[in-house]
Amino acid sequence: MIAPEIAATPRYEVADRPPRRLADFLLSWETILVALLIAVFVVNTINSKYFLDFYNLSDATFNFSEKAMLALTMALLIIVRDIDLSIAAIIALASLAMGMAAQAGAPTPALIAIGLGVGLACGAFNGALVTGFGLPSIVVTIGTMSLFRGIAQVVLGDQALTKYPASFQAIGQGYVSECWPFPISFVLFLALALAFGIFLHRTTTGRRIYAIGSNPTAALFSGIRVDRIRFGLFVLMGLMSGLAAVLLTGRIGSTRPNIALGFELEVVTMVVLGGVSIAGGSGRIVGVVLAVFVLGFTTFGLSLINVPGIVISILNGFLLIVSIAAPALVRRFMRGKR
Amino acid sequence: MKLSRLLLPRDFALALIVIGLIVAIGVRAPVFVTPDSLVGVLTDTSFLFMLTLAQMAVILTRGIDLSVAANLALTGMICALVSRALPDLPIAGVIVLAIVLGAALGAVNGALIAFLDIPPIVVTLGTLSVYRGATFLVAHGAWLTSKDMTPAFLAFPRLSFGGVSILIIIAALVSFGFWVLLGHTRLGRGLYAVGGNPVAARYCGIELGGQQFFVHTLAGAVSGLCGYLWVSRYGIAYTDIAQGYELTIIAACVIGGVSIAGGIGTVAGALLGALFLGVVVNALPVINVSPFWQMLISGAVILTAVVINARSAKRPGKLILRPARNLEGTA
Repeated sequence: MIAPEIAATPRYEVADRPPRRLADFLLSWETILVALLIAVFVVNTINSKYFLDFYNLSDATFNFSEKAMLALTMALLIIVRDIDLSIAAIIALASLAMGMAAQAGAPTPALIAIGLGVGLACGAFNGALVTGFGLPSIVVTIGTMSLFRGIAQVVLGDQALTKYPASFQAIGQGYVSECWPFPISFVLFLALALAFGIFLHRTTTGRRIYAIGSNPTAALFSGIRVDRIRFGLFVLMGLMSGLAAVLLTGRIGSTRPNIALGFELEVVTMVVLGGVSIAGGSGRIVGVVLAVFVLGFTTFGLSLINVPGIVISILNGFLLIVSIAAPALVRRFMRGKR
Repeated sequence: MKLSRLLLPRDFALALIVIGLIVAIGVRAPVFVTPDSLVGVLTDTSFLFMLTLAQMAVILTRGIDLSVAANLALTGMICALVSRALPDLPIAGVIVLAIVLGAALGAVNGALIAFLDIPPIVVTLGTLSVYRGATFLVAHGAWLTSKDMTPAFLAFPRLSFGGVSILIIIAALVSFGFWVLLGHTRLGRGLYAVGGNPVAARYCGIELGGQQFFVHTLAGAVSGLCGYLWVSRYGIAYTDIAQGYELTIIAACVIGGVSIAGGIGTVAGALLGALFLGVVVNALPVINVSPFWQMLISGAVILTAVVINARSAKRPGKLILRPARNLEGTA
């Protein structure tokens, strides 16, 4: 009768996780991002009297909502240690398909279905190559980036497709309603952010995504269908690129071979600034959303005071490096003191 | 040394494919296989040769450098500006400036990666934007054309010795340098060691950080050299030169059999990978195919190359996942 007693009173208590202290909260990545976001608002408001205006801010979200949606999905991919550099090329291909369908007179719902369908197919192609052949995703998606955009270039040459029905353009350019003057794309992003947050942080599959990212081998041996989840995420990334293609094509009303060029690096910047570790296994949706706002409103504020886009990209590059380097420096300093 | 040791079977196969490609294009358009035309292809590809080798050195250590093309643009622009401001500066001075400046920009990457432990892809993604933007800033967005450059500045890449452009000679020297470095020095073998197994390398006294700092500085120096050569060869410097070229360089590495997982790659393979892309790019107009096909073809080639590489590399870890019925059979 001794054994059960021993079982009932364990000698060591190991907490599930260490207790949260105030310092942890203050030094958390999200808190730093909130501080950064406040700084962005303060500086921009001082710089330009047009910044802190409800309608201007609302319109500014047009410029980053598509990238922001891509960032949500990219965050999941990076958490499982994958990456998709072909997203901008998928947008080009999906936009091409929609443009050709529109020229043939397809109605708006069909155009949306085509855009999403092409995105889905491209994502499945990436996913099949990565999980089916066990190839590194960065190499595969550099290849498919060339392939997808290459197809768009071959078909379009130096032409552009510009015939889109007004109801299609309204999706990318429109607002929710008269009394709710928010861009449709922005509201869609917020809804998706909520859905992704719940998916990643409150569902079993979400926990499995972290498990894969922390240790893919251990995840596999604990019964997680690693490749199935990774494949699913690539498909989701493709689908989201299709959605971004619908919104972007509608917003600018044309398809060119260089549409969305360079989006992939901007999206990866958003995700990494959002605190998602490129080594996988950590990061939260809240951080990504905050990083989207920091980058989006920095860009908007600077363009208000006529800073050229290329200079803004310098700042974004600095922001990326400094935001990752500063905590590393602080850690090194703290270690040195001990 | 036997030929079979010089060329690994994979490199040999790739060499045969490249030769086959050249022959096939020659059948369609005999003008392509004339000596002049082939030398032209090599001259055109010389930038890609050098940059691919530099990128390979980085990838060997499990890193990646996305900032090489931006470094090239910035260094090229600064060289053009300096040459305009100081027309009497000898060309050797410009070349030294290009190499030192490129190395310094690479060293910034290396320092952030090695001493602050930031992943190479993140650092070089950031410096990609910074260097590209700085190219715009130093020239205030202006384009520098051949009119802004001195005759000596422009003449150097056009030198040729017995019909062989100096660009090919420089690329050959750089390639020889990489062959010696990677194959015959302690430092170079160390790059393979850290890429193959960083922990084991550390126990052997090879520190990852130092190696990373070295390869990124080296990649920067090569990019800087290419920056001057690029700007002077094409006679123009502007913000967007070589935009997106980093991905072509990585593609050449992948086609050449360099493993993105680190530790695997040969100088011959990387050169052949670059040559393959160079031949494709130069052959398209000759055989009357729109240059718009170039991107599609290189994408298809990259995917084919990685799939073939993956098939040839055995993964012992897979055995443990054998279906249950196989296990019963053995029991």
